[in-house]
Amino acid sequence: MTVSMRIGGLLRPLLEVGGALLLGLLLGAALMALWGYDPWAAYRALFTSAFGDRFALANTLSRATPLILTGLTFAIGVRAGLFNIGAQGQMYVGALAAVVIGGLLEPPPGLHLPLALAGAMVAGALWSLPAALLKLARGVHEVISTIMLNWIALWLAQYVVLTYLSEGRRSIQVAPEARLPLITVGIDLSSALLVGVAFSLAVYGLLWHHVAGYELRAAGLNPDAARYGGVRPGRQLLRAFLLGGWAAGLAGAVEVLGRFPFALTNDLSNLGTLGFDGIAVALVGRNHPLGVMLSAVFFGALAAGRTMMEFRAGVPTDMIQIVQGVIVVAIAAPELWRMGRRLLPFPYLPPRRELKAEGP
Amino acid sequence: MEIGALLLITLPVALRAMVPIALAAIGEVVAERAGVVNIGLEGILVISAFAAVVGAQAAGTPWVGLAAGMLAGAAVALLHGWIGIYLKGDQIISGVGINLLGIGLVGFGAMALWGNRSLQLDYALWVPGLPVPWGSLSPLVPLTVLIAGLTWWLLHRTAFGLRVQAVGENPEAADVVGVPVERVRLLAVVYGGLLGGLGGAFLSLDWTHTITNTLPAGRGFIALATVVFSKLNPLLALVGGFLFGYFEALAIQLDSAASGGGGPALPSQFVRMIPYVATLVVVAGAIGRARFPKAIAQPYRRE
Repeated sequence: MTVSMRIGGLLRPLLEVGGALLLGLLLGAALMALWGYDPWAAYRALFTSAFGDRFALANTLSRATPLILTGLTFAIGVRAGLFNIGAQGQMYVGALAAVVIGGLLEPPPGLHLPLALAGAMVAGALWSLPAALLKLARGVHEVISTIMLNWIALWLAQYVVLTYLSEGRRSIQVAPEARLPLITVGIDLSSALLVGVAFSLAVYGLLWHHVAGYELRAAGLNPDAARYGGVRPGRQLLRAFLLGGWAAGLAGAVEVLGRFPFALTNDLSNLGTLGFDGIAVALVGRNHPLGVMLSAVFFGALAAGRTMMEFRAGVPTDMIQIVQGVIVVAIAAPELWRMGRRLLPFPYLPPRRELKAEGP
Repeated sequence: MEIGALLLITLPVALRAMVPIALAAIGEVVAERAGVVNIGLEGILVISAFAAVVGAQAAGTPWVGLAAGMLAGAAVALLHGWIGIYLKGDQIISGVGINLLGIGLVGFGAMALWGNRSLQLDYALWVPGLPVPWGSLSPLVPLTVLIAGLTWWLLHRTAFGLRVQAVGENPEAADVVGVPVERVRLLAVVYGGLLGGLGGAFLSLDWTHTITNTLPAGRGFIALATVVFSKLNPLLALVGGFLFGYFEALAIQLDSAASGGGGPALPSQFVRMIPYVATLVVVAGAIGRARFPKAIAQPYRRE
């Protein structure tokens, strides 16, 4: 491998993702200008309320945390050759498990928080299991099965909250001992961030510095070649689903254990669409655990800043979803990049590899 | 309330609930037969529901609104087709992006146009119902049945239908005998967008008489389930749309019965779950991967 190819191998993803982000922000700006808003003022308000001071930064990081985890669910899937869009449902059951354990059980002191986190991970993994088994036994595509499981999880969790856990407009709260403590006094950033970062680093270590992760990625790159090399692709699929389920379950847990109201609202709306948003986070992060962390901070900033963007510049918060949508659509179309590349002075960039095979 | 009576009074609502699901599903059947998956149906529904309201308001009549909805659906499908067919992009990622885009565009558009995220439509913009013994029936109910039949005929009895199936099953062979693979695929996807657009327009102009960026409420995904359920047959997609619409209507009835004080016989959440569980059971039992076109979700590259 020549030096120029190495540089190209790093530059490519950066430029490709950077191009998509730029396209999203520019099209958003154009739309704002078209409707008579001031895009400059909007983006300035967005930026200052996402990074302006330590409180803003804390807000951004706190919103990035669950996105790191749901982003990992999708990213791990892609690495094993899967399109696992089931993070939303796995997050619902994970959060539900965390509320049940954190709100109903009274374990010995010191064990409450670890139990709630572990329970959420187990629940998330269990909810990914039907999709894994359907794929292995019946060849059912995971996009179909995970969409179905997401909706089943929504109605099931709503039923459990309304029937067994309801306390007014929300479920019972988790006990104070089961909550994730703040990192430092006075700043609203819980140790959920540490959980997210630690999990992400663990996934990185597993996937890139452990034989199990090597097998998983080998199965994703080329199942036939992997089988020839003694890897059983089916086992790797199962492993990827379960790991992803852990991550998504944990995402649900850190939301209810680390953030007010320390409970689930009756319609689960306090979890929003964090599971689906993880898909965009993973794509921008090039399905790499370290990239996912950076990308989650970007999306966390959008989430943290959009309210002030509406307040100060009058731009509806919905603009952020437009920007995100454009980014994802742009990432879907690699040829957009090829079209743009003719305009760029990087003739040595290697050709784009397939989605499954990309990354440093 | 007696179960039999409950099942009966649910029927008219179920016929309405059938329309958007069945239309989107029938359109998606054609696209998937041609080898293109569009999981952005939810986005198409919400964008076309919004475009329909804008069109109806501008013209002062719901009929123009229906046309505007179909055009908007076709335009979004064109974008998806361009990315997935001509740019060889990832169809599933594109669909995910379109869903995000739909929520954002409609929320932003409603705020920009009306200063409000939701709008109640004037009576003049409602699609008028046909008089029937039990009240009134949306003209889109019989139209949906007609479209299902027409689409079946199109797929199975016309040269175009043959070409659609050919480019879905074996694009190389189709290319060799001179079928323009990419153009046929694009047409199939746009046909799906037109029908999805009509379904979205129905949601705002005919059924709910409102528009918000959450109006489809997951019906795009139910339509995807219906497509799987239908084994890619437009007539079965109609039946599936009716069944799924029926469960939705039943859940609405159970919820209102529960809020009226009479305890429901069955929690509405479980009724809402039925379509999804049924789809999982169907895909697990009846359909293996072989039932889908061989080239599904794969862009065609001439060797």
